[in-house]
Amino acid sequence: MAEPIIELRDVVKRYGALEAVAGISLAIEAGTFTALLGGSGSGKTTALKTINGLVVPDAGEVRVAGERVPTASGPALRRRIGYVFQEVGLFPHMTVAENIAVGPRLAGWTKADIAPRVAELLRLVALPDDIGARLPAALSGGQRQRVGVARALAARPAIMLMDEPFGALDPVTRDQLGRDYRALHEQLGLTTLMVTHDVWEALLLADRIVVMDQGKVLADASPAALLAGHDNARVRALMETPKRQVERVRELAGDVG
Amino acid sequence: MDPRVASAWALLPGYLGQHVLLSACALLLGLAISLPLAVAASRSAVVRWPALLVASLVQTIPSLALLALFYPLLLALSSVTKGAFGFGLPSLGFLPSLLALTLYSMLPILRNGVTGLTGVDPAIVEAARGVGMTDSQRLFQVELPLAAPVIMAGVRTAAVWTIGAATLATPVGQTSLGNYIFSGLQTENWVYVLFGCAASAGLAMAADQLLGLIESGLAQRTRWRIVTGAVGLALGAAVALAPLVATSAAPARYVVGAKDFSEQYILAELIAGRLQHAGASVERKEDLGSTFAYSALKDGVVDTYVDYSGTLWANVLKRTDNPGRQAVLDQLTAELERRDGVIVLGSLGFENAYALAMRRSQAEALHIRTLDDLASHAGQLTFGADLEFLSRPEWASVRDAYGLKFRKTAEYQPTFMYRALTSGQADVISAFSSDGRIAADDLVVLDDPRHALPPYDAVVLISPKRANDQRLLGVLKPLIGKIDVAAMRAANLSVDRDMDKASPAQAATALAAKLPPPP
Repeated sequence: MAEPIIELRDVVKRYGALEAVAGISLAIEAGTFTALLGGSGSGKTTALKTINGLVVPDAGEVRVAGERVPTASGPALRRRIGYVFQEVGLFPHMTVAENIAVGPRLAGWTKADIAPRVAELLRLVALPDDIGARLPAALSGGQRQRVGVARALAARPAIMLMDEPFGALDPVTRDQLGRDYRALHEQLGLTTLMVTHDVWEALLLADRIVVMDQGKVLADASPAALLAGHDNARVRALMETPKRQVERVRELAGDVG
Repeated sequence: MDPRVASAWALLPGYLGQHVLLSACALLLGLAISLPLAVAASRSAVVRWPALLVASLVQTIPSLALLALFYPLLLALSSVTKGAFGFGLPSLGFLPSLLALTLYSMLPILRNGVTGLTGVDPAIVEAARGVGMTDSQRLFQVELPLAAPVIMAGVRTAAVWTIGAATLATPVGQTSLGNYIFSGLQTENWVYVLFGCAASAGLAMAADQLLGLIESGLAQRTRWRIVTGAVGLALGAAVALAPLVATSAAPARYVVGAKDFSEQYILAELIAGRLQHAGASVERKEDLGSTFAYSALKDGVVDTYVDYSGTLWANVLKRTDNPGRQAVLDQLTAELERRDGVIVLGSLGFENAYALAMRRSQAEALHIRTLDDLASHAGQLTFGADLEFLSRPEWASVRDAYGLKFRKTAEYQPTFMYRALTSGQADVISAFSSDGRIAADDLVVLDDPRHALPPYDAVVLISPKRANDQRLLGVLKPLIGKIDVAAMRAANLSVDRDMDKASPAQAATALAAKLPPPP
């Protein structure tokens, strides 16, 4: 087995008396798409943020590409990892193009290199060229999240960390964006780790689903394996919902047909 | 144009320049201190609460008191630096004014800075960290630009406060637009008072509008507003400061001081006029607080001014005895030179002392010429005093020396005290012996054969650094002993009277005509 690109070993993070992450270990291989699935308070976001050093674990070890996190310089590490989250956090005082260019600019790219890269990224996330001159306030929610993805990809990271990236969008936009991103993941050969509370999103986008609850890993398997059954009752219950919904939709479709 | 308006206009370039210089320096210094402090406070609660608390406390000190408090503070600090490094600090004038106004400007900048920086959306802060910004990149590229409109709103408030409070720098020896207000209030020249208020308000409004333009430019991210506001401020400051640059290039300037009442303005104008006649350039520092004037002279902030022997005797030498007019003058001359290197050039020839005065008609009818004569009639007479006289040592001294017991005693604001006397509501009043109203109202000043009232000879003082300045001494010496109390009363009256008022400069010109011509 190849060396994992991301590795968590017995990671613990406490907030006061609360153990948000209660000793989890994970090995993520390069090129995979992994979903961290769980309800609110399951510790999935905290676990994700230990990878780019936004959260420093109280115990355990995190390695990215063999290097220990936190490294001497958190900012340098984060410039090599794409990060997308639900609120997007576009800089309101910068245009769309300036937002996308932030990463390359921090990494010291020349202006001559940045301009074509911004145009390329706008095409990649299926946004029109002329949107680059606008301010984020003038965009729709879906457009904003596309810009967020473009900004995360700008400095050509190998790893993408995504925290409920499409959570605030309407179902149609969300589905479209999810599929578009999955295609980008393939096309660019990325390693993606996505936090979500949505079983459907995890099932449809990921190669591997890690189910978390109360800071612990309950299950870690492919979508197909999880749907086939699991020895943990809560995991089984979690998977029942999409199965039941599919049955119901099929019945409805049958009635019509 | 009304001559008072014209003379106010003529003073504007100098006053405005000093006012702008002081306010701008205080604001910039306040910004330079408050902004880093706001950044530290927004990041750490340990810094935030003490910083905001201290800034709020400073704000509760009345601004005039804050300005005055820096005088003893700098005086103490100066003696420390003199001991440690061999140089002192000026405790009057620009430095204390700058420090007090800087403190005063800090609260709004600090408070808005903290509000602006802590108010940045946490998602944006997280994004800044997520894309790999360092702490300082996040501050300069994200947090400060986003907080800028709120910070600018604080700078606007600070600017308006600072420009307004700068008028109060006048009594601690810093020229400002407050000179109009303080001298106008003393000589009841309401044109000056209004002129000073309007100039200071106009300046504050102009600065506020230009800073407002920058603020809205930052909020709406429109470059032309920011540029227009900044260029407007820079141009305004350049125009206001130009006269200062022009005058500071002039050679050999003398600083003539004055306290805050008519006689002082007139004498300062008289001295200034003589110096100018001798080809020197002159700067006036008027409206010095009574306690600051001597310190200003000793420190060389002021080169010369007129003070009174009794005042220096009590306040500087801390003496309470009264060895007689000439002895006070002689000992003062010797002591001030020995202690501080200050030269007492001599008495101008009149006193501005506390004195008891009566209507001439009544004094003659009762045959009262001295305080001894008064004592035997006091039981039938009403005494009108100004608001502070009855609590001063001079009153205790004269009352006990002559055994004065009046039928009735009343206290008045000075103007009404004279009215009470002329209308017969009072028979005896506490007066200043050089007051012009003594002649105008046909009053007599009662003699003091027991020397119970201390002497208040008007004396010309020279600062230590000008002690050997032959031009200055040559110009001032001919004035010694040449101004009698009648001449001074006439000059004071021409400024103080209600109708047909003269300006101090006009009164000085009229007074100079009665004196030997300048050398």
